Amino acid sequence: MDILVCIKQVPETNEVEVDEKTGVLKRDGIDSKMNPYDLYAIETALQLKEEQGGRVTVLTMGPPQAEEIIREGFMMGADAGYILSDRRFAGADTLATGYTLASGVKKIGEFDLLICGMQTTDGDTAQVGPAIAEILQIPHVAYVNKIEGVTETNLTVQKDMADSIERVEVSFPALITVTKEVNQPRLPSFKRKLETRDWEIKMLTLDDFADRKEEHYGLKGSPTQVERIFPPESNVEKTTWEGSGEELAGLIYNKLKEMKFV
Amino acid sequence: MSLLSVDYIKCNLCQKCVEACPFAAIDVIDDKIEFNEACKVCKICIKQCPEGAISLAETNQKSVNKDEYTGVLVFAEQVEGEVHPVTYELIGKGKELADKLGQDVNAVLIGHGFDKQAENILGYGVNNVYVYDQPELAHYRVEPYAAVLEDCIQKFKPTIILVGATSIGRSLAPRISTRFKTGLTADCTVLDVKENTDLIQIRPAFGGNIMAQIITPKHRPQMATVRYKVMTAPAEVENPTGKIVICSVDGSKLSSGVSVLQVTKKPQVDSIVDADVIIAAGRGVREEKDMKMLFELAELLNGKLAVTRPLIENGWGSYHQQIGLSGRSVRPKLIITVGISGSVQFVAGMKNAECIFAINSDPTASIFNVAHYGIVGDLYEVLPRLIEQVKEGGTIDAL
Repeated sequence: MDILVCIKQVPETNEVEVDEKTGVLKRDGIDSKMNPYDLYAIETALQLKEEQGGRVTVLTMGPPQAEEIIREGFMMGADAGYILSDRRFAGADTLATGYTLASGVKKIGEFDLLICGMQTTDGDTAQVGPAIAEILQIPHVAYVNKIEGVTETNLTVQKDMADSIERVEVSFPALITVTKEVNQPRLPSFKRKLETRDWEIKMLTLDDFADRKEEHYGLKGSPTQVERIFPPESNVEKTTWEGSGEELAGLIYNKLKEMKFV
Repeated sequence: MSLLSVDYIKCNLCQKCVEACPFAAIDVIDDKIEFNEACKVCKICIKQCPEGAISLAETNQKSVNKDEYTGVLVFAEQVEGEVHPVTYELIGKGKELADKLGQDVNAVLIGHGFDKQAENILGYGVNNVYVYDQPELAHYRVEPYAAVLEDCIQKFKPTIILVGATSIGRSLAPRISTRFKTGLTADCTVLDVKENTDLIQIRPAFGGNIMAQIITPKHRPQMATVRYKVMTAPAEVENPTGKIVICSVDGSKLSSGVSVLQVTKKPQVDSIVDADVIIAAGRGVREEKDMKMLFELAELLNGKLAVTRPLIENGWGSYHQQIGLSGRSVRPKLIITVGISGSVQFVAGMKNAECIFAINSDPTASIFNVAHYGIVGDLYEVLPRLIEQVKEGGTIDAL
């Protein structure tokens, strides 16, 4: 079976902070890594390939430096990798990102199954996977936490519904997003690193797509706009209370009530 | 081609923008400021440029006619006939937004075999509940649900759609926003509305310690998801005047590549990692029997009890309850540390909690450096009274 996994390069740390005085984002930790959930997506694909045969392709949208995570995908066992890279893709919200990735998928070929991590650690929206499925007009199942079985035509999975677990069967072509419960991702192999060192990573730009209308991509294709960014109001404001046991209990209680914990 | 344009006559290459950019998206190439693909259009460089040389390129998006869209639509999520409580919270917020605009707030209820659910929703003061009750909708499957929501949007043309950021909401909403090629903002923590009906959406962005204010200025409907327990459910109205509107879509539109084989209730997992509320006990707790008091508080707050390493060594807790470098890392909405001094190892495992209360009798304890609310007092004086108060409920005035 042909499987495509969408992956993303994200900042190494979430500790991006705003300097309160200048309003400038501190740029510590701009080192990047593969979005952790995507490792589970790749592992899911590799295990399905091991059972059914086929190919695993990894796809990302990002700057040319995203090559690092494609190579990591190769080292885990992926067979091919693509980067969608074009300045005209910059400033994309989830709709434009979904549209770009879906355009890439259409260009690359036909797949039985698309797999995404349940969300990224930098955006945390969980929206791009379902958006891709919508554009490709295929069904999707989000928050898959177990693969139960696979045949040539369909996949049986369990999905996490917070209060319940659903067993669901989905027919190909389809898209799933996976949680961290789905498996334990393998480590990149040194042997694979040597084997895949010279593998070509294919770069695609807007000019390679069937739809070359710039207004569908990047900032121009994004209905949402960031009006402003600012530090969170509750930026470690410290409150200290002293007093009798009763007063303190009352203060805690009122605050918990205000915050809706009681 | 760039989204941000630089006026090269004004630019003196001071490179303040290069320094200010948190995404390393600005380079100097051939003595010119250039933006690369990492640009997130956060606009910080525009503010930082002392020469005012950077500006945002016009996107020239065409705007829809905003007057064609009115009212707030709330997706009333239900599973197995049980309406998710986030629905009522969204109605509360939806009403507030709709009142500002002088428009209606409505709900759409999708499923099969409804009984009193729609009446219950009316009780929260919505103007209409649109009910789609069809056998194909018994379980959440994305294509049929999306087809129904699409039908509802086309019929009633809401300007704002609010959806719970649940597993269903976060699966369905992006499908719909993509179908209508409109904006969707996930996990909004603050929502407000401008006079021109633009929805102001605030959410943590770029990794969490920064908030972004996001709008959808030229597209309708505007969509947002909100997590459970972020907004406040309204009081039920005494004589609901809203209407139940029965709707349906043609069965041919409700086919799906997904079939639901089985739904199983999850067993209660006693994990501190996923807990929203944690009560953490440290060495200030003198005897094992006193742990009951902390456990009671945890139960009352729907939370879990966690411990520090010394208590594990005492045998007063199990490893899966331990917070810290050698135990688990937690990120609850609320943690109350009780009798914990706050070792670096402990703090490393909990400093990302959204709200930290620390109760300790030693005012110099290092836990107070990370606590949002530091309570300097004897836990044996404070906790029993707090537990009593939580049980009684009500409000204490004048504190």
